[in-house]
Amino acid sequence: MRPRLSFEWLHACSGCEISLLNSGEGLLGLLERVEIVHFPLLMDHKYRHRADGAGEIDLPEAEIGLVSGGVASEEHLAVLQAMRKSCTTLIGFGTCATHGGIPALRNQRPVADALQTVFAGADGQGAIPAAMAGQLDRVYSIDEQVKVDVSLPGCPPRPETIVEVIQALLDRDSLQPSEKSVCETCPTMRAGKGQATVRRFLANAEYDPGEPIDKMRCLLEQGLVCMGPVTAGGCGGKSAPLCIRARVPCRGCYGPVRPGGNQLLDMLNALASNGMHHRDLVDRPSLLRFSGAHGLLRPVRRRN
Amino acid sequence: MPQVISIHPVTRIEGHARIDIHLDESGRVSDARLGISALRGFEQFVVGRPAEEIPRIVNRICGICPWMHHLAAVKAIDGCFGVVPTPTGHLLRELCQVLAHIHDKILHFFFLAAPDFVLGPNSDYSVRNIMGLVRREPQLAAQVVRMRQLAQMMLERFAGKAIHPVAGVVGGFAKPMSEEERRGLAADGQALLDFAAFALDYAKGAVFDRFREDCNTLGTITTGFLGTVDDGGNLRLYDGRLRLMRRDGGWVEFPASEYEHYLAEQVEPWSSAKMVYAKTWNEGFSLDPDAPRGVYRVNTLARLNVCDRIATPKAQAALEEFRHEFGRPAQGTLLYHWARLIELLYACERVLELLADERITDPKVRTSASPKAGRGIGHVEAPRGTLIHDYATDDKGCITRANLIVGTTHNIAPMNLSVRQAAARLLDEGEVDDELLNRIEMAVRAYDP
Repeated sequence: MRPRLSFEWLHACSGCEISLLNSGEGLLGLLERVEIVHFPLLMDHKYRHRADGAGEIDLPEAEIGLVSGGVASEEHLAVLQAMRKSCTTLIGFGTCATHGGIPALRNQRPVADALQTVFAGADGQGAIPAAMAGQLDRVYSIDEQVKVDVSLPGCPPRPETIVEVIQALLDRDSLQPSEKSVCETCPTMRAGKGQATVRRFLANAEYDPGEPIDKMRCLLEQGLVCMGPVTAGGCGGKSAPLCIRARVPCRGCYGPVRPGGNQLLDMLNALASNGMHHRDLVDRPSLLRFSGAHGLLRPVRRRN
Repeated sequence: MPQVISIHPVTRIEGHARIDIHLDESGRVSDARLGISALRGFEQFVVGRPAEEIPRIVNRICGICPWMHHLAAVKAIDGCFGVVPTPTGHLLRELCQVLAHIHDKILHFFFLAAPDFVLGPNSDYSVRNIMGLVRREPQLAAQVVRMRQLAQMMLERFAGKAIHPVAGVVGGFAKPMSEEERRGLAADGQALLDFAAFALDYAKGAVFDRFREDCNTLGTITTGFLGTVDDGGNLRLYDGRLRLMRRDGGWVEFPASEYEHYLAEQVEPWSSAKMVYAKTWNEGFSLDPDAPRGVYRVNTLARLNVCDRIATPKAQAALEEFRHEFGRPAQGTLLYHWARLIELLYACERVLELLADERITDPKVRTSASPKAGRGIGHVEAPRGTLIHDYATDDKGCITRANLIVGTTHNIAPMNLSVRQAAARLLDEGEVDDELLNRIEMAVRAYDP
């Protein structure tokens, strides 16, 4: 029997699944080795509720399960628990699953505020639909709710990395998590000391478009807030990080370099050690825009 | 006794949804609803953030069409800051947008929808999918996988990130295109155009011939349509004026910035997705299956219905053939698939047109911007329909208010009508089994929600 794969998505956008499809040949090769038993984007396997009527969801057993998205509602939680129960090895697929991702930005406010903003309407009188019942108090990463065996961050993770991780699990090869930062995979030129003040990204970086990336000055040294120093590397595979290829600063989408890291504190330290003032930094909490789960982003208590 | 049959989750669509079919005492369909319940909260959590960062945040609304949210937001923030992008900035943005349409259409037609037609709605769920297609038609499937990947890799090569892009920036684009890049993209663009022409021919033989029967079983609803055209009435995806067509084919045109005068949003207690209706028709909003009011549709079929013509030759020829057979406006829900492949042809032709424009390699790609208070409304035609981003900023250039109308939102009301109609017809005739329930889902899948 071929090894079985099961996929689910929770508080997610489907970008991780599309990234897997972007692996092209890698995907075709994988399909020759495995049997996919559950994958709502691509196949019609439905939820079956358990015969004992406990309201639990029953999913088919699989050797490997991939879950994208964080956990924001009771329904997400039920699906996640069913995945944990049915899968031998569970992979947190993408940054939302591993660190909360962009949707966890809403953890800066109580969940009632989001409901109010979305449904109140211009007159502030709009009713919140009954279908919105069952929201949790915040957006959780999946490891806050169940045991996760493998973390595969990235927004989205790189296509070939997804296939490599699955192949390695199938071959029982050991996984070697990289502890390189984006900076350690970035070819731009560093002089050691750059601008003392940070600027918003309202005009393009300075570079000669005819020259390759390794002739461009480090964006952080140009005074742009680039989160390369505090972000896990790997987005560009063997070549330059993807945002840097677009000549745009990194915003931290792979989450912290080491598990448990705090991208906000680490980035403020990185700015300080580069001799940069961070007083002018607008919207500091958004340094946690990809890693706001684990209680890192939370509502600010208002002064009375 | 009354009961509810649920399809949960609706599968082979690009998001989370369920269908609940309510049966009365005699077993007749009394109601059927497509429910979508996720509180993403983007309109709330963008507030207070620097506006120039928004295009890199709201692209996470959708991992399949992140370029659409990225660009609608970028255009809206141009408006907030009162900055006019350079002509090349616009060309590069449009190039990325049409490239993103290409991968999306291949994904939807071949990966999600085609298994119903090529493998049949009555085939087992375990083979009625792209994996089944790989086994049934390995050469076709391999080509489909490679062509979709090619469109995505063209974006990655030129613009860094294909999924959750970063290269669109307030004032224009983050990097210019070199002559070498232009030549490489043009060669790949030609390969995509050849594939698009093949795909339409293939579908006419293997898929669309089955439509006549399926259209009859699933039924047809009659609605208005919304899409985007230029001053000459040509189909446009990146910019232009909105054209809102009534059921009888008459229309009004307006700039996206005036959307609030023509469209309004409605909240229903059973769905977290707001519904949009044509306020300007002065008939209110109703999902009454016998007399719906205010309901119009968006996405491929709508765009082809509202435009007078398409400005590229191959797509125009395909449009003429389509109109000759189905008239204007064409109402059949499954015709969305056919229209999707005509748009695929247009997107490929447009890629080559843009790459042939000598201004595209001009190094002046961005106008510098300064933060200021303002309001901006940006719109593009996303694969799933007319996408509108509306933001206001304070004098520090941070967001104070956001309103987003995403493509699928316009189609929630008509999808509910289609689901109800399909459920009523099918359940009247047959026993509830997996095939019947899948046929109801086919009514949703056509809309590509």
